[in-house]
Amino acid sequence: MRRTLLALLYALPILFLLVFYVYPLLAILRVSFSVPAPEVVSQTLEMAASPSFWRVLWFTTWQATLSTVLTVLVGLPLAAIFARFDFPGKGIMAALLTIPFVMPTVVVAPAFLALIGRNGVLNTWLQASFGLTAPPLQLEQTIGLILLVHVFYNVAIVIRTVGGFWSNLSPSLGEAAAALGARPWQIFHTVTLPLLAPSILAASLLVFLFCFTSFGVVLILGGLRFATIEVEIYRQAVSYFNLPLAAFLSIVQLGVTFTVMVIYTRMQAGLSRSLRRRRRSQPRRPADLRQWLLVGGALCVTALGVLAPLAALVVRSFTLGDPGLTLIYYQALGQNLRQSAFFAPPVAAIGNSLLYAAATLAISLPLGVIAAYMLAQPRSRWAAVLDPLLLLPLGTSAVTLGFGYIVAMGPLRASPWLVPIAHSLIALPFVVRSFLPALRALDQRLRDAASMLGATPLRRWWTIDAPLLVRALLISAAFAFAISLGEFGATLLIARPDRPTMPMVIYQALSRPGLINYGQALAMSTILMAVTAFSLILIERFRLPGEEEF
Amino acid sequence: MRGDCKLQVARGAGARGFAPALQGVFGASILLLILVMLSACQPVAPGAATPTPLVLASHNSFSISEEVLTAFEAEHNATVQVLTLGDAGEALNKIILSKDAPLADLFFGVDNTFLSRALAADIFEPYTSPLLEQIPDELEMDPEHRLSPVDYGFVNLNADSEWFEAAGIPLPQTLEELADPTYRGLLVVQNPATSSPGLAFLLATIDYFGEDGYLDFWRSLKANDVLVTDGWSDAYFSHFTVGSGGEGDRPLVVSYSTSPPADVVYATDGRTEPASVNIFPPGSAFRQIEFVGVLKGAAQPELARRFIDFMLDVQFQSDIPLQMFVYPANPNAALPDLFVQFAQTPADPVIFDPTAIEANRERWVQAWVELMTE
Repeated sequence: MRRTLLALLYALPILFLLVFYVYPLLAILRVSFSVPAPEVVSQTLEMAASPSFWRVLWFTTWQATLSTVLTVLVGLPLAAIFARFDFPGKGIMAALLTIPFVMPTVVVAPAFLALIGRNGVLNTWLQASFGLTAPPLQLEQTIGLILLVHVFYNVAIVIRTVGGFWSNLSPSLGEAAAALGARPWQIFHTVTLPLLAPSILAASLLVFLFCFTSFGVVLILGGLRFATIEVEIYRQAVSYFNLPLAAFLSIVQLGVTFTVMVIYTRMQAGLSRSLRRRRRSQPRRPADLRQWLLVGGALCVTALGVLAPLAALVVRSFTLGDPGLTLIYYQALGQNLRQSAFFAPPVAAIGNSLLYAAATLAISLPLGVIAAYMLAQPRSRWAAVLDPLLLLPLGTSAVTLGFGYIVAMGPLRASPWLVPIAHSLIALPFVVRSFLPALRALDQRLRDAASMLGATPLRRWWTIDAPLLVRALLISAAFAFAISLGEFGATLLIARPDRPTMPMVIYQALSRPGLINYGQALAMSTILMAVTAFSLILIERFRLPGEEEF
Repeated sequence: MRGDCKLQVARGAGARGFAPALQGVFGASILLLILVMLSACQPVAPGAATPTPLVLASHNSFSISEEVLTAFEAEHNATVQVLTLGDAGEALNKIILSKDAPLADLFFGVDNTFLSRALAADIFEPYTSPLLEQIPDELEMDPEHRLSPVDYGFVNLNADSEWFEAAGIPLPQTLEELADPTYRGLLVVQNPATSSPGLAFLLATIDYFGEDGYLDFWRSLKANDVLVTDGWSDAYFSHFTVGSGGEGDRPLVVSYSTSPPADVVYATDGRTEPASVNIFPPGSAFRQIEFVGVLKGAAQPELARRFIDFMLDVQFQSDIPLQMFVYPANPNAALPDLFVQFAQTPADPVIFDPTAIEANRERWVQAWVELMTE
């Protein structure tokens, strides 16, 4: 009975993935390859043999690798600062750094160009101060800009997953090493880094998958020269309606994703160490001027890199086409300018977005937690199947899966329920990846001791496991929420214009000419940022009763 | 009682003791789900006869006035659910894929660049609306009336008239002039592989310069620093001087002949004349027509046909210009003054054979992409 119950529970995430991922994917692949076989084979061979295919595959892989390395390099020091130090405005800063995650590329791109474009602020300043005739920064439509924006979008993944894990590390080991005369970098290298490795690896994997399937950034900022496999799939599936080729490319994309995951699992296996939670390192105020400068300096650089483009966007929403400050774009959001049947005041759009995000949390958190528990069991029969299955949605083309839903989902296709379900597919890997390292780090000896002392399993879980796990759960909750808030979804899903979300309002406004429309898109983007930041701060605030004791 | 039960199960889970955690999370999530479900449910309106539901599928740019939609719903005791399926290409492909179990009763938004794909897929039921008599013959492209024309528009060049005046440069009169050093770095266009106006403009140049000549023209544009963006929004709002509110540095853009009136309708400075103007160098304007059709296997074919009549009739047709910024197919519809004044139509637009587009699209676009990236 108990075993059956547990098995049923464990079956839930697998069932979810089978119904909402594997089945639609197989359905669209079957439809795609239903054309007479010789034709498919010859087309596929032709594509596989063409240099442009290998060029796209190669570019996709190396840009994703480089983007990941850069993101980790930028994110790691920030993760350290967030884990080790306490400073004013820390919670707000953490929320702000996650905002890029929800921003549509189409509004972020002009903000970047306004800063570092040919006539951007930086170039104008450099030209004026050094008397240059040509703009020194020529980043438009270069790989440099793609990498930069990938770091911008994904650095929060590293800061949050690694930082969250880092703050759970006990300082004792480091202090012991210090007492034995180790220098700070030696401590980092021999003690901290090995302990952090699982979470760094998990964050890298997520960043890699996001960059590997990058679409909007490459299309909008990369110009014609660059195409990822995802971009190529879109062209084949949408522009040319060549489903067999799109399916072939999707399979290639999945193949690479799968390979990366196998490598990841191998590396991950030897890395986990359980952490004794005698005491948690309490983040503290920087001790001296040197530390204040370090923290302040790092935060200033981050602010410039991540927050400046966002700030540029906010400023434009108040000043577009007007020398002074104006609120007209915000006012326009509340007016049905065209008497459109699909008009929704901003409050309604915010409400729709929040509702979908809450539903995404309700689906992805429990499923993710169950999946993580399954994966954490030694010799789990399910793990071998579940682990790759969970991550594959991140490496799957949105167009392909969207077409799969159309073919396979029957009456559910146009249901609003499909929205949080699809968002959960993307959110699940985040929940599992940030929960699993924490789960594996639980100290079995402590729990055994608790049991021996007569604690019931529930009490043991509550006093020993929960405090460690809740942080990880909150981090994944923040991601799941943000993923849902920012997802535009028209590619993946069928949209109902009478029930728009915030990103839908932004895209709607950008689809017709006129300054008011552009301004409304900027204003709604600003609101999206504010709602995201506010929600994330609220999520972060959540504490277990008694957690402060640690 | 419930608590006891929980504990028992928890013990049963063995020394690991994961189960209570799972149950707690699980219970909480079910509660959350129920809450979300409750708030998503809408009360059913009490009424004498239940209205017939009609589902219209379209692309993301579909729009209609509240008043006009309600008029149809009231007259036919119907509720119209609109589904948007992505951009024009994506939407059509999704409709084709759902052929065996149709997503909707009718689909609006097939344009002439996708017409042959739509007809070849055999997804539309013929319907000859009596209203078609009012529509000019030149807009009808399907003799079997599976698709009926609803609106049309032109993809053409827009120029920032104030910029050109200030710079003392005359507006370009021919396409060839765009390769002239005078116009260096002034033009922004869209990638035909991902953008419908981008494809339309490429097709116009293929028509004008011929299959042997269009690549040479584009080579000279490339040498003259033409900027290519992925889609219309980015070109218009990030780079076009008018659309970006002064941030962009390209005073020439590939857009629509109806963009200038939008510049007035959506002005923030109370202007009565647009800053952008249409220019029509010979062979540069491409005519797009949008069609609607009843889907095979529709649940409500009869009501769908009534909706097509409604779409072709004067009320809906007069609603088109300021909702979707295109011209109504029915000449009896009233055109807003702004359209009459500022949305001029080109005298001799490029009218391309849809079959040729579908047959050659990939080859032409691919050749163009290779040229522009070499």
